[in-house]
Amino acid sequence: MIEQMKDGELRRRSRRQLLKLAPVAALGVFAFPKASDWLVTEGVRFSDWAAGELFRGQHLAQTFSNAQVAPFEKFPYNGYDVLDPEVDLENWTLTVEGDVQHPGEYKLSQITALPKINQNTRHICVEGWDVIGAFGGTRISDFMTLVGGNESARFIEVECADDYYESIDMASALHPQSLLCYEMYGHPLDRKHGAPLRLQMPTKLGYKQAKYLDTLRVTSVLKPGKTGYWEDQGYSWFGGL
Amino acid sequence: MTDGQEKDKKIEPTLESAQPAKNAASEPPASTVAAEGKTIHEAETAPFPALTDEAASQQRPAQSVEVTPSVQAIKSPAAKSVTSASAETAAAARAVRAEAEAEKKTASEPDLVRAAYEHPFAIRLTHWVNAVSVFVLVTSGLRIFRAFPSFGPKIPQQNLIDIPKALTLGGWLGGALQWHFTFMWLFAASGVIYLSYQFLSGHYRAVLFTPKDIPGVWPMARHYFFFGPKPAATGQYNALQKLAYTSTVGFGVLSLLTGLVMYKPTQYSWLAFLFGGFHLTRIWHFASMCGFVAFVPGHLIMVALHGWSNFFSMLSGWKREPEY
Repeated sequence: MIEQMKDGELRRRSRRQLLKLAPVAALGVFAFPKASDWLVTEGVRFSDWAAGELFRGQHLAQTFSNAQVAPFEKFPYNGYDVLDPEVDLENWTLTVEGDVQHPGEYKLSQITALPKINQNTRHICVEGWDVIGAFGGTRISDFMTLVGGNESARFIEVECADDYYESIDMASALHPQSLLCYEMYGHPLDRKHGAPLRLQMPTKLGYKQAKYLDTLRVTSVLKPGKTGYWEDQGYSWFGGL
Repeated sequence: MTDGQEKDKKIEPTLESAQPAKNAASEPPASTVAAEGKTIHEAETAPFPALTDEAASQQRPAQSVEVTPSVQAIKSPAAKSVTSASAETAAAARAVRAEAEAEKKTASEPDLVRAAYEHPFAIRLTHWVNAVSVFVLVTSGLRIFRAFPSFGPKIPQQNLIDIPKALTLGGWLGGALQWHFTFMWLFAASGVIYLSYQFLSGHYRAVLFTPKDIPGVWPMARHYFFFGPKPAATGQYNALQKLAYTSTVGFGVLSLLTGLVMYKPTQYSWLAFLFGGFHLTRIWHFASMCGFVAFVPGHLIMVALHGWSNFFSMLSGWKREPEY
C-alpha cells in the first residue's frame, strides 16, 4: 500500500524497522570458529535429544524379501581401521559387565542358543549409501534377559577387538529388530564383517553397529569423550533412523 | 468517484448530448477544493493581497458557471436545459481546475515522498535467517555429498561429480553434518514462521503464483532475458518474481520433507514411501538443493540490478518510490 510522507518521516520509520532486525546479526557468531564449533555441537546434541523423543520403540523398520537383498559380494566391508583384527574365534567369549545380575564371560554357543531372528533390512551408512542385507542373530533384549541386565539403565556400551567402541540408548537396544548378529546371508559372520559377533540394528546408522564385539556393559553413565569412536569426533551420538 | 458514476448513470437517459457536462459534474468537489487551494496558496505567497483577490475573482465565475448547472443536472433528472454553451464553460473550467490542481500539489506537499511498507518484520526476519541457513545447508550438504557423490550402489561406486572442497563447509563429513543438523532447525523454524505469517496475514496474495499469473511470465522473461519492452508494474511483485518465490518455497518444503526422510527413514517410513523409499529420497533432496542453487544467482543479479532502495527495503521494510 502506497503512503505519502515527508522524507524525514520515511527515514525515521525505516530506521526503526531496521533496528528491529538487528538481532539477526547474532547469526554472525557462526563466523567465529570457536563459537561455531560449540554451537554446532550443541545443535547436534539438540537433534539427538529430539531424535530420542521421536523414537518409537516398537515401530519396525522396513523388511525386504530375499529377492530384494543385495548379493553378498555387494554388501560393503567397512571398518575404521583394520578389517580383520584377527580375533581368536576358538576361545572367544563376550565379557558382560555393569548393571547386570550375571556378569562374566559368555560363549557364542550361549548366545546362539537364544531364539534366532532372521531379518532382511536396509543398512544405511552415514556417508549416504545404503544396501539391503540378510542378517541373523538374537535379540539384544533376549540376551539382556539371559544376563539379568537392568533394562531401566540408560545405555549399553560395547568394546571391540579392533579398539572400536560404541554406546547405544537402551530404547534402541531393546527394539525388537536390534540384534546381536552372528550370521549374514545364512552363514556365520566372516572375519571382515565382524566375526564372531556384531551389533545389527536397522534403526541405527552403520557406524553404531559395532563389529568384533569384545565387551558388553550395561550402564547409566557414559564417560565424556568415550561415547563412541566417531561420536567423539563429531558424529551424532544417537545416529538413529 | 463511485458516487459520481452512479449519478451519471441515472441522468444518462435524459442527457443525450451532455457528455462534457457529465464529466465535469462527476467531480465537482475536487474542482472546488482545487480552486480554494490555489487561493490559499496565493494568499500565503503573494506580497499584495489585493492582486490575489483579483486573481481569485477572475476564476471564481468560471467555477460557479461550471458547478451550478452540473449540480442541477444531477439533482433533477428532468433538466433538459444543458446547452452546448454550458458544455463549453465546463471544458474551460476543467482546464483551470487542472492548472489549480498542479499548483496545489507543489503548494501543500512540498517534500512528500511515496513509500510502501513492502516487507513486514516477520518476512524480513525469516528472509535473512533463511538466507544464512540456505547458504550453510547447501555448502555443508555438498560436503556431506562429497563423502559418497553418487546415487547408485556402494559397490560398484560411480562418482557423479567431484565437488571442490573450497565450495563446502564443515571440513569433513562429521563437521558438515554438525552444521547441517544445526541449521536444519533454523531453516525449518523460519519456514514455519514464514508460511504461518503469510497465510494468517493474507500477505501471501502478493507473492503466491497462481494460474492467473501465467500470462505475465513470458513478457517479463522477454524483458529480462531478451531486452523486450518492460511490462507495467501492477503490484509488489511481477509474475516472474511470484513464480520464482513460490518455487523456492516449494524447494524449501521439499528439502525439509526429504531431509526428514533421510534423517529418520524408519520413524517416517510413510513419508519415505511417498518419495519412493530412502534411496530415491536422496535424489529428491539433492534436486531441491539444485532448485535453490538455480534461484540464488538470479535473485542476487536482480537485486544488484534494482539498486539500493530495493535491496534496503528487505532490511527496513520500507521501499521509497515503488514503481507501481
